[in-house]
Amino acid sequence: MSSLFHQAVLTALISGGIIAGVPLMLTAIGETISERAGVLNLGLEGMMLMGAYLGFIGAYYGHSSWLGFLLGASGGVIACSFMIVLCVWLGLDQIVIGIAITLAGEGITSVLQGAQFGTSYPRLGAPAEVSIPLLHKIPVIGPSVFEQQLLVYLAVVLVGVLVWVFRTTNVGLNLRAAGEKPEALDAAGVSVAATRSHAVLCTGALAGIGGAFLSIVGAGVFTPFMTQGQGYMAIVICMLARGKPVWVLVGAFLFGISLSIATALQLAGINISTDVVNLLPFIAIMVALVLFARRSYLPPALALPYFRGAR
Amino acid sequence: MSVIPARETMPIVDEPLRPERSRSVARVIDLLVRSLVPVVLALIAGGILLLILGRDPLSFYSDIWHGGVQQGSWQDSAMRMAPLLLIAVGLIFVFRANIWNLGYDGQFLLAAAVLSGWGPSLVTHVPLWLAMTLLFLVAAGVGAAWTLIPAGLKAAYETNEIITTLMMSFIGVGLANILVKGPFQDPAVNIPQTKVLPLEKMLPAIPSTRIHVGVLVALFAAIVAYYVLTRTAFGLRVQVLGANPRAARHVGVRVRKLIMSSFLVSGALIGAAAAADILGVWGYARANWNPAYGDTVIPFVFLARLNPLAVIPFIAFFAVLSTGGDLAAQNANLPTDFLLVLVALILIFMTLIEFIGRRRELGKSYLPPGVREALRKPLIRRRESVKEPEAA
Amino acid sequence: MSAAAHPSSEEAGAPRPSSSGSAPVVELMGISKSFPGVVANDDISFDVRRGEVHCLLGENGAGKSTLMGILSGIQRPDSGLIRVDGEDVDIGSPRDALRLGIGTVYQHSTLIPALSVLENLMLGDTHKLRLDGDSASQRLRELGSTLGVEVDPSVTASDLALGRQQQVEIIKALWRGSRLLILDEPTSMLTPQAVEELYKVLSRLKENGLAIIFITHKLHEAAFLGDRISVLRRGQLVGTLDEDAVKGATPEELEKRIVEMMFGDATGGLAEAAELKAELSVTDELVYEAEQVPAAAEEVLRLERVSVRGEGAEPGLDDVSLTLHLGEILGVAGVDGNGQRALAEAVSGQRRLERGELRFFGAPIGHVGVTGRQKLGLRYLTDDRLGEGIVPGLPVSINIFLKLIGEAPFWRQGRIHKRAIDDRSRELIERFDVRTPSVDARAGTLSGGNVQKVLLARELSFDSKVVIFHKPTYGLDLKTTRTVRQMIRDMRNGKAALIISTDLDELLEVSDRIAVLSRGRIVGEVKPGPGAAEAVGRLMIGDVSLGAESEGGGP
Repeated sequence: MSSLFHQAVLTALISGGIIAGVPLMLTAIGETISERAGVLNLGLEGMMLMGAYLGFIGAYYGHSSWLGFLLGASGGVIACSFMIVLCVWLGLDQIVIGIAITLAGEGITSVLQGAQFGTSYPRLGAPAEVSIPLLHKIPVIGPSVFEQQLLVYLAVVLVGVLVWVFRTTNVGLNLRAAGEKPEALDAAGVSVAATRSHAVLCTGALAGIGGAFLSIVGAGVFTPFMTQGQGYMAIVICMLARGKPVWVLVGAFLFGISLSIATALQLAGINISTDVVNLLPFIAIMVALVLFARRSYLPPALALPYFRGAR
Repeated sequence: MSVIPARETMPIVDEPLRPERSRSVARVIDLLVRSLVPVVLALIAGGILLLILGRDPLSFYSDIWHGGVQQGSWQDSAMRMAPLLLIAVGLIFVFRANIWNLGYDGQFLLAAAVLSGWGPSLVTHVPLWLAMTLLFLVAAGVGAAWTLIPAGLKAAYETNEIITTLMMSFIGVGLANILVKGPFQDPAVNIPQTKVLPLEKMLPAIPSTRIHVGVLVALFAAIVAYYVLTRTAFGLRVQVLGANPRAARHVGVRVRKLIMSSFLVSGALIGAAAAADILGVWGYARANWNPAYGDTVIPFVFLARLNPLAVIPFIAFFAVLSTGGDLAAQNANLPTDFLLVLVALILIFMTLIEFIGRRRELGKSYLPPGVREALRKPLIRRRESVKEPEAA
Repeated sequence: MSAAAHPSSEEAGAPRPSSSGSAPVVELMGISKSFPGVVANDDISFDVRRGEVHCLLGENGAGKSTLMGILSGIQRPDSGLIRVDGEDVDIGSPRDALRLGIGTVYQHSTLIPALSVLENLMLGDTHKLRLDGDSASQRLRELGSTLGVEVDPSVTASDLALGRQQQVEIIKALWRGSRLLILDEPTSMLTPQAVEELYKVLSRLKENGLAIIFITHKLHEAAFLGDRISVLRRGQLVGTLDEDAVKGATPEELEKRIVEMMFGDATGGLAEAAELKAELSVTDELVYEAEQVPAAAEEVLRLERVSVRGEGAEPGLDDVSLTLHLGEILGVAGVDGNGQRALAEAVSGQRRLERGELRFFGAPIGHVGVTGRQKLGLRYLTDDRLGEGIVPGLPVSINIFLKLIGEAPFWRQGRIHKRAIDDRSRELIERFDVRTPSVDARAGTLSGGNVQKVLLARELSFDSKVVIFHKPTYGLDLKTTRTVRQMIRDMRNGKAALIISTDLDELLEVSDRIAVLSRGRIVGEVKPGPGAAEAVGRLMIGDVSLGAESEGGGP
């Protein structure tokens, strides 16, 4: 067991946790924006998968991971546009449409993958990392935390930006109002539909980038259904974080570790079958949900469509 | 703390089942239209998608007919109906209570693993009819047991069951794999699967067909479910809970008990679906096998407006689509996941048609006020802006 | 809300700022609006001038809220014209209304409970990125002094008292500059003292030249406040009493004319007119029906030091003791949100008792569930008719039997006996005068009054003994209101009733005793009679001594 704490293992654990946590974090941050505004996105899996596939295509054919991220974002946006038109504008049931988006995303990306690559799964080379000077020399923490993709650092910055937005800007106030009491926002002369649409767009884009990160950096390849429930994990992180971006960061990192712990265990020479290890994140979530069952907070107007003057 | 606030009306079905069934002709036509048009539209959209991918939609769809109905394949379709219908009824029951049991995959596979592990030894020790009955009960029990945690959390803390059932599903699928590869592994072979039941030790077939009696079990379950929902006190309580949870509490319905029992019934039916499929068709369980029946059955559950009898023809249709689709996808060189896309399209078109139908009923235009304004604004010439009022 | 206002009617004699000759600020011409099945507004023409209070009067369901919805941008008229300061305008959304200087204080609060006062006021104000708390605080101070009140910007909206919340809403309505302020039934939930405060605020706003539309269904309020009074009846404007008519008439003459306008010649003899006046809270001469219940009367319901938990923002009960006797009608008064729902649900069984005892005819029932209590004859007529009382999608017949699911002879061995249910339903529908096309019509298609009758049919039948009425006549049209009040009175024969209501006049009229609920505690008991309203009002805000601070002062 002592081998678990060996430097190399710890480094791999933390580094792996970060890499696995980034897709979760980006998606969960995106979902926080939506949920604060009163929209529940069950279609996150589909959005992530669209981002993963299109992101992979962008990085593979464009030879640039940034092109991949961009394309991934647009994939997420395409998927979430259904949510915007059908649920925010027309007021159809968010849960049903969310399920449809997930199914569609899973199906289409699998079909496209098959159509484009047949049965081969081309791999991407590992993208370049950015090392933060000086800091990356700290043992264990250094190589694992401070030698990462640029996007990782940007994602952390994003958390801070979001906190600022919620607290001190008009946009943030409108978002909160849309989720708490949309009638009040409407009476104040602000379009509830527009506010929620912008929120969902952000979510789609972020989930798309998250998915792209998964396929470009995390795995280096696209396989159908590769998100394996991470979209739903993001929703759980959102719930437990009670809408607070900083807690989303923490939660995503913790779940990221549970996702990546298999490699670390292997390095430590501990032999547990991968099947069991793959279950760990879900078991962790269930435990967290049972322990914190009473304490999750969601805005009152979540998942309810808004119609002005509804009779 | 309610994670998702209770909705006063179910947008998909705003009409609970009623014992009285007087419907005018116009309403029947309306229902038919609302049920069939989404499917037709989805097939058309799917065809367009096929064209974009460079496949021939006409041959794709005719392959479906060929592989699903013709030359005795209708019997395969009929057999596929068994698990699909049982799952559909299980979902209908719990959706009627406005409880979203999305953990069907885990419940199904875990039940399948357990009964495939225990089945082969049981059938050698006990007469066939007893073995089959016991195995059905075991499967139902496993399915129900797997809903206990999400059910308990929702009953006690109103924890969102969408998330809890999904998480339990992932765990269940993984656990099923572990069981099949581990204690239930057939020691005689290298492939990760359980021992295979010999054909004569599986569900008997309906005379003069290949169709196993599991299909009859499924049909029976649908009829019983309809009766329970429309004619019994229990069914009425379920509907009240689904339509208006606050009213349920107000009129004295034991909400917690009802949440638990609805969940358990749903899990049991899904477990029974596993029994029908394993004992009727496969005879064994493989690792990493997930037919994902539940995902594909959901839109039809809604199209049938959560009516257990009405869902039967829809399931029959999909059984054909799915059986024939295997062949069609193979011929078109596409993964069978293409069916997921068709299913998603049906869901989307269905909600759209529902929306249009509802608004027409209310005598409004098709677009809600906010959107209508947004679209009209550019078309109205801006009037002279009125002078700003002086501050009061 | 009524009797307490009148003692200061001497102030009404103070000169009303004249708005003679000024052109109207806002004009509605030929406005019509229909919804499926009902014509809400039928060719209405109406205008309001600077510095005047134009009261819009009509019973519930007459179309007042729809008309105001059109002015505030929530509804669009089917036909007709709107003019602001002489120019034709199109009010397509609340934003348009606000831009035109039309501010509305709605009947149901549009403040967001989780946000602070300042955040609520800043909502939707500018398109700039950053929130400007400083200039918003400045504006709050300005508007506060215009109104004559002081508001703490950092307080969370849910912590404000109702009267204070309303003041914030008025400030919000005036935030962007204002021509017209619309108030939709603003006094329905206020204490008498808070109503006084509101009248003062409106007076000051009038002096500032603001035009005000005041919507109400209370005659005396319109007679007291209005410079002009318009009466709506069934979607049509019956007429407008102009300035001279209002100024020149005595209060009694005025009220008589208004009653005529509201009901045409439907008021037959003198007795009926008197009854009508009582129902409309017309005069301050309430007819008190309080009877002295003999002390020896049997105790049917007793709460002994009961405490229950609150839910969300609403408080629970804190050490509450009440007794109800056979043949008695006990009223429970209080500002909305002071524990009324907790009380109702504690007695009905929907909420658990944390401490204390509950006795029904002497026997403890604290552990008995909702269904058990119903069977014993203890019933609860909820105020939330559509959200809790009925299931809109189910037929009327099933709704009537909703509290008897599984009971014989309507269910046998779990199976439904449709015929027994239908037969009995038809009987009850007839007896309670429920207007419905058939027993199988969906309960959600019934009008508000008929839904209430369905609930009455359910709660008062099947051996009821003690019934809790929660806001029994809120939002109902006059005829149904009279029917309901009569049914409550009938409870004196061999039964008993507990009425929880925010309508003080109703309680004063019908109850034998009135207990006052404030912040989850019973703070006193008043016997209906002259001066009772004031006493109740003071108790409602937790003030026992004379002349102490009212709701409106202090943060």
